[in-house]
Amino acid sequence: MIALLVLPTDDHVDPSSGFLMTRNHQEQPRDGRYDAAIPALVASMRTRHGLVLGLAVLLLVAAFVAAICYGSTSIPLQSVIGALTGQPAGGNPDFDIVRSIRLPRAITACLAGAALSVAGLQMQTLMRNPLADPFVLGITSGASLGVALVVLASGTAIGAFLSSGMGLGGGFAIVGAATLGGLLVLAPVLAISSRLQNPSTVLIFGLMTGYAVSAFVTLLVAGARPDQLERWIAWGFGSFSAVTWTELQVLAPVVALGLVVACLSIKPLNALLLGENYARSMGLNTRAMRLLTMAVASMLAGVVTALCGPIGFLGVAVPHMARAMLKSSDHRVLVPATILLGALTALLAQLVSLLPSQLGVLPLNAVTALIGAPVVVFVILRSRNGVFAG
Amino acid sequence: MSRLLETRDLTVGYRSRGQTRAVLRDINVQVAPGELICLLGVNGIGKSTLMRTLARMEPALAGSVEINGTDITRMSQYDLARHVAVVLTERVAIGSMPAFKLVELGRYPHVGWSGTLSGADREIVRDAIVAVGAEDLAHREITELSDGERQRIMIARALAQRPAVLLLDEPAAFLDVSARVEMIATLRKLAREQNVAVVLSSHDLELSLRMADTIWLIDGAGRLHIGAPEDLLADGSIAATFSGPNIAFSAGDRTFKIRNHRHGRAFVDGEGEGVGLARTVMEREGFEIIHAPEGAHVTVTVAASGWSAGGRKGQGLGTSFAELARFAREEAGATIPMEIQS
Repeated sequence: MIALLVLPTDDHVDPSSGFLMTRNHQEQPRDGRYDAAIPALVASMRTRHGLVLGLAVLLLVAAFVAAICYGSTSIPLQSVIGALTGQPAGGNPDFDIVRSIRLPRAITACLAGAALSVAGLQMQTLMRNPLADPFVLGITSGASLGVALVVLASGTAIGAFLSSGMGLGGGFAIVGAATLGGLLVLAPVLAISSRLQNPSTVLIFGLMTGYAVSAFVTLLVAGARPDQLERWIAWGFGSFSAVTWTELQVLAPVVALGLVVACLSIKPLNALLLGENYARSMGLNTRAMRLLTMAVASMLAGVVTALCGPIGFLGVAVPHMARAMLKSSDHRVLVPATILLGALTALLAQLVSLLPSQLGVLPLNAVTALIGAPVVVFVILRSRNGVFAG
Repeated sequence: MSRLLETRDLTVGYRSRGQTRAVLRDINVQVAPGELICLLGVNGIGKSTLMRTLARMEPALAGSVEINGTDITRMSQYDLARHVAVVLTERVAIGSMPAFKLVELGRYPHVGWSGTLSGADREIVRDAIVAVGAEDLAHREITELSDGERQRIMIARALAQRPAVLLLDEPAAFLDVSARVEMIATLRKLAREQNVAVVLSSHDLELSLRMADTIWLIDGAGRLHIGAPEDLLADGSIAATFSGPNIAFSAGDRTFKIRNHRHGRAFVDGEGEGVGLARTVMEREGFEIIHAPEGAHVTVTVAASGWSAGGRKGQGLGTSFAELARFAREEAGATIPMEIQS
């Protein structure tokens, strides 16, 4: 360091060889330090990522099967495998339960968990804020406003979609309304976030917008009949059980579309790690990316909220779990890991909600909060300079 | 001179709520490949706005910026990114990632939709890391790096973009003295070896004047002066821009001097390095250094064994400069001569 402090005076400058008379660019010597350290590091990172992703897949399969086995009645593994592999029912009632109740519920849990987690990851990267997720930013509240408006306006009882009687058209209407409601809240939040660089201001704005919208929804619902109110509250608890094969025809393609877009935007998401200014300087159309990500996150969170209720904490917690396990912020591994871990966490939450079997089911929202809150606290405690530091 | 980057009657400034506020007008500059340019000017005069406009991060209010003869407003985002790379003042909070991965992001405008790097891309990343001397940092986590190390990685990332023009907005802002010198030396080397045009805005006057090929100086009135450092020193424009009522920039030794000569004039003579040091002591204590004994209120003679001095209050001698400073303070306590007070 000391040697560098000595400024070479002008007579040291040799114009032919450049300033510091260092090696010529064309003949960079093969420096052992770089060429040994980097491949070793890449290999160890690959190993870790492979292990994490492989383990996640294994656990996901196990949890998926477990989620089908357990419920109000336990179903033996044999029947589950039989039902899943398409054997004829042969009078076994378990086959029917698996095919018409447990399987769609498990698929819904996977899709919802993956969707909310990926939406959370997108929001965290886009806003460069570790606490951003669809719930905190008010997307979920906006989506429930959309749901409430459609349900009230159409004269259908609130929560009609809970009783599987809404049909495909109604399903898309509610999902569309939920997505628009989510965008309605997200757009001003993102507009604020591009103007104000302070992340805590943005989060507070999102939270307040969410509260205001929730209050408005409460006012709307206050006029509902008691039975409607009861269903509304049940919807508010969150549940994967209300989704049947009919609703899955809406949920599955919408979530699949969102996840495909998320996978295709791995490169721009990585560029956004450096912030919008750098991302633009590297060739990213940040405005289009912002709009696309906003729309996709709203759609993912909107469809899940419409069909499963407002489920919190998955969106904020799962990306952090993925980052901690992978020890990487690279979206190339983060996006698939978030999808897998999101599905896995949702299945586990579903299983946990079944635990007090005599008392019925725990509200899913409470379970995800119990899983998610410690993760958020961990994130806050781990960051040395506070989560809002740069 | 080949013109890599060129502005034509460029006016930069802000546009907000339909109102425009021009900061700098009618800028006509040319940048050649391999040239190192330092943009100097006092705070708030528009250095950052000019840099941002050159990088198309702000729209020009009038006139144009051209790269190889093409107006940058007609270039696609990708095309621009293949020609211009930037290093900004904002700090990146990237989370968990080894430094070389960050440098790999610089290949963004050159790789396909999936962001997969080819062998050639990896070689370019490697060259960029070697060029800034960051081989030892490449495998470390970004969050573990010091400010100076992180800035080197950010420059490597910009280089990995393989730009023709590298724009750096106050790249030394967070760096300590040694890291500043190191960084600008690296940039100069890069400009020469890789034929990249480097434009950086800086607050470090002395270092910029020593290292730049060309200085763009924005004076207090918002006019742009262009020239070799020595030309701008010779014509007094640098001294005029940075001197104030209490400080003066001296073109000779390229340093700021405090205009604080209220205690009289001092003549310092003698042998060895001690003479210069004794002069700084006397200057700090509020004496104007003159170069002849006539008219001096204090005369100091420096020798290898120590110093001796005579002044209005009497004589003194000593071996350390702290003693000289004490002597000067006592002299300063003497009656302040009338002709100096004004």
